Amino acid sequence: MKIGIPREIRHGEKRVAATPEVALEIQKLGFSIAMEAGAGDAASFEDSAFHAVGVDVLNDPVSIWSNSDIIIKVRPPEDEEIELMSSGQALICFLWPAQNRELLETLSAKGVTTLAMDSIPRISRAQKMDALSSMANIAGYRAVIEAAQHFGRFFTGQITAAGKIPPAKVLVIGAGVAGLAAIGAARAMGAIVRAFDTRPEVKEQVESMDGEFLLLDFEEDASGEGGYAKTMSEEFIKAEMALFADQAKEVDIIITTALIPGKPAPELITSEMVHSMKPGSVIVDLAAEQGGNCALTEADKVVKKEGVSIIGYTDLPSRLASQSSQLYGTNLRHLLTDMCPDKNGQLIVDMDDEVIRGATVVKNQEITWPPPAPKLSVEKKKAPEKPSVSEPTLIAKPRQSRLMPILSLSVAVLALLGVGAVAPPSFLEHFTVFVLACFIGYMVIWNVTPALHTPLMSVTNSISSIIIIGALLQVSSAESPIMWMAGLTILITSINIAGGFAVTRRMLEMFRK
Amino acid sequence: MSGVVTVAYIGATILFILALGGLSHPETARRGNLYGMVGMSIALLATVLGVVTDHHLLLVLGLIVGGAIGIILARRVQMTQMPELVAILHSLVGLAAVLVGFANFMDPEVHFEGVEQTIHDIEVYLSILIGAVTFSGSVIAFGKLSGKISGAPLVIPGRHWLNLGLLIITIVVGWQFVNESANAGIGITSGLNPLIIMTAVALLFGIHMVMAIGGADMPVVVSMLNSYSGWAAAATGFMLSNNLLIVTGALVGSSGAILSYIMCRAMNRKFLAVIAGGFGTSDSASKGDSAVQGEAIAIESIEVASLLSGAKEIMIIPGYGMAVAQAQHTVCEITKVLRSKGINVRFGIHPVAGRMPGHMNVLLAEARVPYDIVFEMDEINQDFSNVDVSIIIGANDIVNPSAQEEPDSPIAGMPVLEAWKGKATVVLKRSMATGYAGVQNPLFFKENTRMLFGDARESLDAVLREL
Repeated sequence: MKIGIPREIRHGEKRVAATPEVALEIQKLGFSIAMEAGAGDAASFEDSAFHAVGVDVLNDPVSIWSNSDIIIKVRPPEDEEIELMSSGQALICFLWPAQNRELLETLSAKGVTTLAMDSIPRISRAQKMDALSSMANIAGYRAVIEAAQHFGRFFTGQITAAGKIPPAKVLVIGAGVAGLAAIGAARAMGAIVRAFDTRPEVKEQVESMDGEFLLLDFEEDASGEGGYAKTMSEEFIKAEMALFADQAKEVDIIITTALIPGKPAPELITSEMVHSMKPGSVIVDLAAEQGGNCALTEADKVVKKEGVSIIGYTDLPSRLASQSSQLYGTNLRHLLTDMCPDKNGQLIVDMDDEVIRGATVVKNQEITWPPPAPKLSVEKKKAPEKPSVSEPTLIAKPRQSRLMPILSLSVAVLALLGVGAVAPPSFLEHFTVFVLACFIGYMVIWNVTPALHTPLMSVTNSISSIIIIGALLQVSSAESPIMWMAGLTILITSINIAGGFAVTRRMLEMFRK
Repeated sequence: MSGVVTVAYIGATILFILALGGLSHPETARRGNLYGMVGMSIALLATVLGVVTDHHLLLVLGLIVGGAIGIILARRVQMTQMPELVAILHSLVGLAAVLVGFANFMDPEVHFEGVEQTIHDIEVYLSILIGAVTFSGSVIAFGKLSGKISGAPLVIPGRHWLNLGLLIITIVVGWQFVNESANAGIGITSGLNPLIIMTAVALLFGIHMVMAIGGADMPVVVSMLNSYSGWAAAATGFMLSNNLLIVTGALVGSSGAILSYIMCRAMNRKFLAVIAGGFGTSDSASKGDSAVQGEAIAIESIEVASLLSGAKEIMIIPGYGMAVAQAQHTVCEITKVLRSKGINVRFGIHPVAGRMPGHMNVLLAEARVPYDIVFEMDEINQDFSNVDVSIIIGANDIVNPSAQEEPDSPIAGMPVLEAWKGKATVVLKRSMATGYAGVQNPLFFKENTRMLFGDARESLDAVLREL
């Protein structure tokens, strides 16, 4: 099948759906590729580089759109582009089906099989195709770079001959992929980084990026299905806002990444908070496209309010076009690899595959979005523990009544009391020693590493030959049968003593690093 | 003089405890063994010098001849024969307990009155009983482990009733023995007949018990016999009113009991179920057989070599088959070659691999595999998803996925090494025969599993040449 890569015509879009490297890999799957001339220019991939790996570079976008079996691109297609498509073609790109219902209808009317890169379920198996994560990673990094651009000071603290410079303080709200990338980038530049997220389980991830996790004194878990956050209760939001208001007075840079799928972005930074920030501070709002986390954000613009720069760029990945094209292209290639299991250049839309089912939004002139709810890939800690089939203890676990241990214990106690009642003191003395020795044995042996079980057995075997003492006590007897029996016992226990210790020694000699 | 002997005994006791404590880690194990030797020497020396008054020649002769035999045995034994050696040594302790018990009973100088007499008689009785069971059981275990007796469990119909009958006889005869002995006054022979009857019954019980236990359960049996030999020594200690014997016997007894427990847990089976025997017999095995169908894919040694060279993470899972084929040295050579190529080779050891607790560790140590790349099942089981190639050498039940996947499998619930989670698995086996549990292994039919048929050592030698 023939794959077409058109140039992105959306204003300001610099990315391209494939790099020469990716194109080469895709061709190995048996596909042929045609590309519109200049498609990779903005991302610094020259036509000649594509040509060198066997891609047809064509000047005419119309022929790409109408003659390819599969179109791969970054942004959703514009109306005039869809005009050029025909039934039976496939399209793979970012689509945002929740926001673009009309587009879905147009595509389904055209009969274009459509896969949305943003709808790939976030399960472990699909991580290699998770373009959202790739883009979020870039956006997080770029957000810090943009902030640095508008921030009038160093990020790192310095003590110089010209005076002391305090380190910049950065607050990252939302520790998803973008948030974590921002934490990493800001830390790398030397800032003090704090992060907040409604999902307490990301605390560890934040700390792994060397950020400080701000804890809210409030019990509520926001983990929604598929690893996203959900809307929180009113009390929680109140406590959260108080925390942000506090932090706003203190920090120099706020990077917000809070998004709830299918809903407008929550407003977390009010205009009062912006006013309370120090002049020269910067806010980067990664949620600008969905309305923004900051009340004063204007999408695609940098605005200055009360001395605070508020950056609302929605094209942060595109501003790092070379990198994002490479990652997006690789994600796309992984998807194509999964859809072409025989490597014969045929695209198979297997609706039984959870990943492909999730990504497919239009098939056979039908809108297949939204897919059935994805299953959570990581079992939540708070979920009640359900015994799975693989649980080894499940099957053979004996049903034990609570009565049994009590019963056996009382029997043991009674037996001991009985012994105590009739036995003479000399016996009880020995009995005490015996019980204590059992306990010592129990304490000592419990820690033995399994590797040493065999030497342990041979050494205990050897030690148990202490029974030779009995024979030694008897060997002096005047009765000759007793003497001979004792002699025989001495003989065999000596075998055991010498043999046991010697063989243990031999074994232990071998246990070396 | 008796004070000095007692103090020497206390010293010996402490040294024995230190010996067991030392054995818990490879670094301190050699010192632990030394403590044991010193403790034993002190105890012997104190007793010989302090208590023995006559027949020194016989004593020294016994010590020297016995000691010489022991050392020769220890030198000559192959590491793969360790389980047999340990079993036969256990039998000696049992025999010693029986002999000491009889000698003590016949000794005219030993005499008590009233309750003390009764208690002493019970002690004698128990000491001989445990000793006899240990003796005959160990001899049968030796026979099974060395292949002189078939490893398959011998199941007599109504065996539980037989055991119960033997137990009742033992109690009745014991009652009789105590009565006769108490009424006889100072007579040597009164009560000897019940004692001899009981000894015969106990010997029979020991034989029957171990005969009914299958080969795969041998680690439990060996450690259980180890425990019995300790209890025999402790009972003898009670009989002789000797604290050193009591303490040492209790130490060994509880140590063996814990080992048995660990082994049982590793197989997810109850101790009583193992002792009752009959594992993998007709009814359970038939279910397992029908469950698995499929085709095993064979592979040649040259392919195995290239598979190994291309891997980054290799896991080797040895089983009894490696011991039988004496392949541990070849395994070590292969490990060295692969490690020198920068490949991370590790060993995963199942607690009941082989025929004795820690059997595989001893073999690998003999071949000088560094012990820090040898891991326990629990340490390594979650790593299988990163493993490129798992090599399973003569193991079967311990890597059987049906333990987790099929609730009606006879080995259901037994913890196993999850080799099938790795990217590829090579199984070295002589044929498609089932393991001791008599269960077919679905692992062999998985699509990323390859079978290398033949003797483990010859196959591995071929692989080594190709490397």
